[in-house]
Amino acid sequence: MNNRNFQKTTLGRLLRHRTGTLGLVIVALYLFVALAAGLIAPFAPEEMHTKDRLQPPGGGSYVLGTDEFGRDILSRLMHGATNSLRVALISVAVSGVLGTLAGILSGFLGGWVETVLMRLMDLIFAFPAILLALSISAALGPGDSNTILAISIVYLPIFARVARGSVLQIKEMEYIEATRSLGAGKVRLVLQHILPNSLTPTIVQASLALSWAILTEASLSFLGLGTMPPAPSWGLMLSDSRKLMELAPWMAIAPGLAIMGGILGFNLLGDGLRDVLDPRLRALVKKQK
Amino acid sequence: MRNYIIKRLLAAIPTILGISIIIFLIMRLIPGDTISAMIGTQYKLTETQAASLRAYYGLDKSLPEQYFLWLGNALQGNLGLSVRAGTPVLSEILSRFPLTFEMTMLAMIIALLIGLPIGILSAVKRDSALDLFGRLLALVGMSLPNFWMGTLIIFVLSVYLGILPNSGDYVDFVVDPLTNLKQMIFPAITLGFAFSAAVMRTVRSSLLEELNKEYAQTARAKGNTETVVILKHCLRNTLIPIITLVGFQMGYLFGGAVIVEEVFAMPGMGRLLLSAISQRDYALAQGTIVFIAIIFVLVNLLTDIAYAYVNPRIRYE
Repeated sequence: MNNRNFQKTTLGRLLRHRTGTLGLVIVALYLFVALAAGLIAPFAPEEMHTKDRLQPPGGGSYVLGTDEFGRDILSRLMHGATNSLRVALISVAVSGVLGTLAGILSGFLGGWVETVLMRLMDLIFAFPAILLALSISAALGPGDSNTILAISIVYLPIFARVARGSVLQIKEMEYIEATRSLGAGKVRLVLQHILPNSLTPTIVQASLALSWAILTEASLSFLGLGTMPPAPSWGLMLSDSRKLMELAPWMAIAPGLAIMGGILGFNLLGDGLRDVLDPRLRALVKKQK
Repeated sequence: MRNYIIKRLLAAIPTILGISIIIFLIMRLIPGDTISAMIGTQYKLTETQAASLRAYYGLDKSLPEQYFLWLGNALQGNLGLSVRAGTPVLSEILSRFPLTFEMTMLAMIIALLIGLPIGILSAVKRDSALDLFGRLLALVGMSLPNFWMGTLIIFVLSVYLGILPNSGDYVDFVVDPLTNLKQMIFPAITLGFAFSAAVMRTVRSSLLEELNKEYAQTARAKGNTETVVILKHCLRNTLIPIITLVGFQMGYLFGGAVIVEEVFAMPGMGRLLLSAISQRDYALAQGTIVFIAIIFVLVNLLTDIAYAYVNPRIRYE
């Protein structure tokens, strides 16, 4: 692929978008840490060094210090990234696939399918997200799988609405009418024409949803309804740090920054993707430059 | 307009019923037995005693029966009894509601006080240092988890300033406004900061769009100063998305209050809900969630109506 073609691709355009690039770098770094935590973390996340309890950052071989059990905070943060990103990615994948499917079916078929599916989505959407996630987690009990299920349900309507909106717009276009008059069946129309063309807003939404999923997972763990101790989770680490704030403030600072960085990265990436993937916004950005 | 309001009000009824069914079913999934949770491990009940307690609280009936019983009572203002405290659920909720409501309102005011001026200045002084600061602040606000912000605020206040924002009993605003505000201000800042970021971004982008529209250019061509163009013409049109944002975010602030109340140990509806969940107090948890969700629906309804009021095209669609 020559340079000119490369620049025309989404990645090329994203790399020319300053904040989008920053988001991409942050997300790539987080993904690397999450995947390589087992190799690059200095200690196992649950390994206790009872003689080195509450060591401040830089104390001995602990770059970010230790907690009340003498566990290395950096190692727990790195393994926490694995946990947090796994929960966020699976949740968003589940809600993205199911929500998009519901949205496409609603938009394409209309009628009672649309009424039933979209009223159900409206009902889920009628709750503040954290309240519904909290209720589901409380009902199912703490643990990663239940957290994934809770987050997946909460973010279903967003994907369904985005996909339905795109389909309603696309199905009125002339090329769809032409394909239909050439004898294309419903399944072919959806799979070959409607689905690929309605994916752009879903991709943008997925990146933004990942930032909310990280926050929701951390919030649930903070409230004791997400990841269970002693597994490393940023929200749980923050919750544990509260009782020792005056004695060991570093215990709260590191996980808080990790959560904030993850949310920031996916937010910036989502904003960047929206700017480069939406042709109208792209034209506007160009004009403003 | 009246027809529109009636239509929206009628549409809210199935939503509220649906919410109540979802929450009812979710609460029945909570592991463990309510009666055992109520009695605790200290005492042992005979089968007969446990059965009569279940019958007393209606827990021996089928799920649909339990739901319709609950709904019938709820429509008469009876949300059942808290199995832990033995008090009516509605009175428990209403005693905690003022705190959560006040905190949410304060958070909203703080968010607007921060977000509106910075958003306007950011748009007017586009690409300046001030704009950069505003955009950075918005990014930080959007990414900062409120439970972390609250934890840091408590730490800074208690360690460096010797103030304990979450100490002592909560004082009602009517009893002692000053003490009440002292107790409320930091939780409200924590709750409202993320929302101020959303306000900032919305004001900035809407105002930038309005400033480039033809009517703004016409106003300039007529000899109006930029201040007049902004304040008299563009800002008014920017208010429409702000009204929508404020309305829709109100419900989310109620949701966020659950976490902030826990961080600051504030005895509001959020803490009530968390303790109800941990104590498996079905009736109390169910009542609190339905109450918050209904407020969320009603605020969204009011927002729709306000939006239709300022934008007549909506009500004719």
